[in-house]
Amino acid sequence: MADTVVNVLWIPAGLSCDGDSVALTNASQPAIEEIALGALPGLPNVKFHWPLIEYSLGGAEFLEAFFKAERGELDPFVLVVEGSIANEKILTEGYWTGFGNEPGTDQPRTFSAWIDALAPKAWAVLAVGTCATYGGIHAMSGNPTGAMGILDYLGWEWKSKFGLPIVCVPGCPIQPDNLSETILYLLWQAAGIAPMIPLDEAGRPTWLFGSTVHEGCDRAGYYEQGDFASEYDSPKCLVKLGCWGPVVKCNVPKRGWTGGVGGCPNVGGICIGCTMPGFPDKFMPFMDEPPGGKLSSAVSTVYGGMVKTLRNFTMNTVDKEPKWRHNRPQLTTGYRPVK
Amino acid sequence: MAVKDLPGAQATAGNKNLVEMSWDPITRIVGSLGIYTKIDFQQKIVAECHSTSSIFRGYSIFMKGKDPRDAHFITSRICGICGDNHCVCAIYAQNMAFGVRPPAMGEWIMNLGEAAEYMFDHNIFQENLVGVDFCEQMVRETNPSVWEKAKNKPSPNAHIHGYKTIADIMTSLNPFSGDFYRQALVISRYTREMFCLMEGKHVHPSTLYPGGTGTVATVQLFTDYYSRLMRYIEYMKVCVPLHDDLFDFFYEALPGYEKVGQRRILLGCWGAFQDPDHCDFTYKNMTHWGRKMFVTPGVVVDGKLVTNDLVQINLGIRILLGHSYYNDWENEETFMEKDPLGNPVDRRHPWNQTTLPTPKKRNFDGQYSWVMSPRWYDGKDHLALDTGGGALARMWSTALSGLVDIGYVKATGNSVIINLPKSVLSGPVTFEWKCPQWSNAIERDRARTYFQAYSAGAALFFLDKAFEELRGGRTRSWEPFTVPQDGFGCGFTEAVRGVLSHHVIIRDGKIANYHPYPPTPWNANPRDKYGTPGPYEDAVQNTPIFEENGPDSFKGIDIMRAVRSFDPCLPCGVHMYLGNGKTIETMHSPLAPFG
Repeated sequence: MADTVVNVLWIPAGLSCDGDSVALTNASQPAIEEIALGALPGLPNVKFHWPLIEYSLGGAEFLEAFFKAERGELDPFVLVVEGSIANEKILTEGYWTGFGNEPGTDQPRTFSAWIDALAPKAWAVLAVGTCATYGGIHAMSGNPTGAMGILDYLGWEWKSKFGLPIVCVPGCPIQPDNLSETILYLLWQAAGIAPMIPLDEAGRPTWLFGSTVHEGCDRAGYYEQGDFASEYDSPKCLVKLGCWGPVVKCNVPKRGWTGGVGGCPNVGGICIGCTMPGFPDKFMPFMDEPPGGKLSSAVSTVYGGMVKTLRNFTMNTVDKEPKWRHNRPQLTTGYRPVK
Repeated sequence: MAVKDLPGAQATAGNKNLVEMSWDPITRIVGSLGIYTKIDFQQKIVAECHSTSSIFRGYSIFMKGKDPRDAHFITSRICGICGDNHCVCAIYAQNMAFGVRPPAMGEWIMNLGEAAEYMFDHNIFQENLVGVDFCEQMVRETNPSVWEKAKNKPSPNAHIHGYKTIADIMTSLNPFSGDFYRQALVISRYTREMFCLMEGKHVHPSTLYPGGTGTVATVQLFTDYYSRLMRYIEYMKVCVPLHDDLFDFFYEALPGYEKVGQRRILLGCWGAFQDPDHCDFTYKNMTHWGRKMFVTPGVVVDGKLVTNDLVQINLGIRILLGHSYYNDWENEETFMEKDPLGNPVDRRHPWNQTTLPTPKKRNFDGQYSWVMSPRWYDGKDHLALDTGGGALARMWSTALSGLVDIGYVKATGNSVIINLPKSVLSGPVTFEWKCPQWSNAIERDRARTYFQAYSAGAALFFLDKAFEELRGGRTRSWEPFTVPQDGFGCGFTEAVRGVLSHHVIIRDGKIANYHPYPPTPWNANPRDKYGTPGPYEDAVQNTPIFEENGPDSFKGIDIMRAVRSFDPCLPCGVHMYLGNGKTIETMHSPLAPFG
């Protein structure tokens, strides 16, 4: 594929805040201009169809590429989805989401209709941010839209026609370099330079999500000494104040947020589990001490193997989505719609 | 298809050249917005405009019953470019509800984080999103004659920014290839580093809490911010004169350009940056501490200040449903009859709102948007205030009140003076922003650049105060609190693109009602029940068309400049669709949204 153009079709029209689009402008390893201008060795030619920085003014001119892709005239392309997928099947009229109009009608085309049209033709589907991957904040209990992630929508075992599983880069929002680095990997794979992207059971690149927050946190030394913060402005370990770092898969404390600056528990912010399939419900109320925290922090000076077993138990729970996120034509979130 | 009777299009009734044009989705904004227009190509004017937001998420619904301490973590997720403004606004409301006053250090840290957000966000939006509408490629494609003029027009401030002609400025804004465009991307990153120093992660902060911050105040923290800020100040000294040159040129090259995006001066600003010496977060003192904010709240009508009293501003908010997809809440509960000062709270106030979504087909004669129509009631009229893209209202409100005087920034009563100190390449510089004649696209855009300089000046002041606390040994930045069984709160601040309020009611220790009102509902709303169009609709209607392309190759650049000047951010709503330039009589496009 070295000579072909890889199109990147980006639809941020799920239930989203566009925070993952904004995050990509923040990446510097690599930066978006380096990818767009092909300024990295081995990159295929890339063409972005990404609303946030698109040159055209929008409308038909912008959507042309998306319709071409639907007709099979834009091969290969990576479909990037951003935002949770509202369950449009629970509606008898109207729509929760829209991105342009449904051809032949004067009505919006929904996010899920776009996924139906484009996913089967895509070389790869890349879900950016926790909303798109697992449902995220808009799939919270009591939500009216029946929101879910792409894995719930297409199925956890779904593969593209080229055999790629759904690539998931969670985070709320996504850590900027985690995203640009994954895009770069996929482009290298498309160019035939890199082998199949290594993903874990929840579609996450293993080199980014293989360790816990706690394992990369520079406050873990306080934990080891049993020295815990009792107030939020303390420089010590925040685990008794609501930090879920020990069971959350994420590299942010180690990588920082941008240019190595910032992060979460390493700079005074409790980890609320925003990269996880169980986010947000399984971590709420966020400012309470996590269950099991009392025990594992009490025994932190004892041999770590036991701690690890206890943690794995909690981790398995928070690494699963709540059961109301699904693609069936019913709303089971607990919300009762207006009569 | 026959021409229908179109409200607002009477002047052109029978005109064979009324053409439907729409842009859906609009690019280079945040979120999902559609703009549907009817354009009179003979008279070169937009005859009618509808603005539609096509996404519903339901925060007010799924927050019910949740722990009130979670509100700032949840509401930050409303917006992916100014989520931290929501986080901060929620914390202001939590502080009121929980009766907690953060230590001064906590407020200075939060103010520094928010100042960095304005510096980052206005910068990336102005240069990488709006700037493209003014870049060489766009101007050549839409107004070749303007490009010719720009090539021969020396930049008045060339000695400061180095771009000899206006055309050179336009070239520097070309996407990716333009050097100013690329520089802005890099600046948007180190300003986000400044942000992350204070608030942990962008755009959903990790280190902010009710009661203050988890950010640990150290010499390193503030020095790291300082060094980056001084680089930004260096950049501001170039950025402001560059944009003055560019925007002044448009008035000169296209006489009448002041009418693009112009509407009556109806501006709202809810104030930003608390002063910890005065702000105790009590409702009863809100009038006082609101006036001590370092951006002064205010309602500005026809260039005059109506009020700068946050209590009055709060009580005047009315949520009308307009042509949106919601049922009315008249049969639902009233949560607050009177405020703690004894003032009646209206049924249509956010404290008393219940959100009842009813998805419908889109119908521009009926319901056509997921955005409701907030209005501000002055005792007589439901005013369709806009935010001027944020910066214009902030500058105007602050200027007229004349209350801010912090050395680096001073409000005079009709202008704002910004004093920036010596930096590596240049000596001290003073800018003065004067209240303009118009509320229009160019002035919204110009104010954005000036407010970047304002934020940098304010940040210098906040750093001085933070160092004062640090050197005095007062490093605590968080204060403990308890959550009451029953309570209420309201927070007011400025999201980057304008007014932001959060209203919460707590019962049995849980959220009983929560309604955030970000800037976009104020700007992007549909016609209300009185038939008053929302600000985008109002500003686009009657916008003259200066673009040189006819209907067949029409891009709609003047309309897009009008819309983008508001800094649309529609994770809360606008879409435009291009109707291929056929007249309504002959147009049989099934896409026609008005048929």
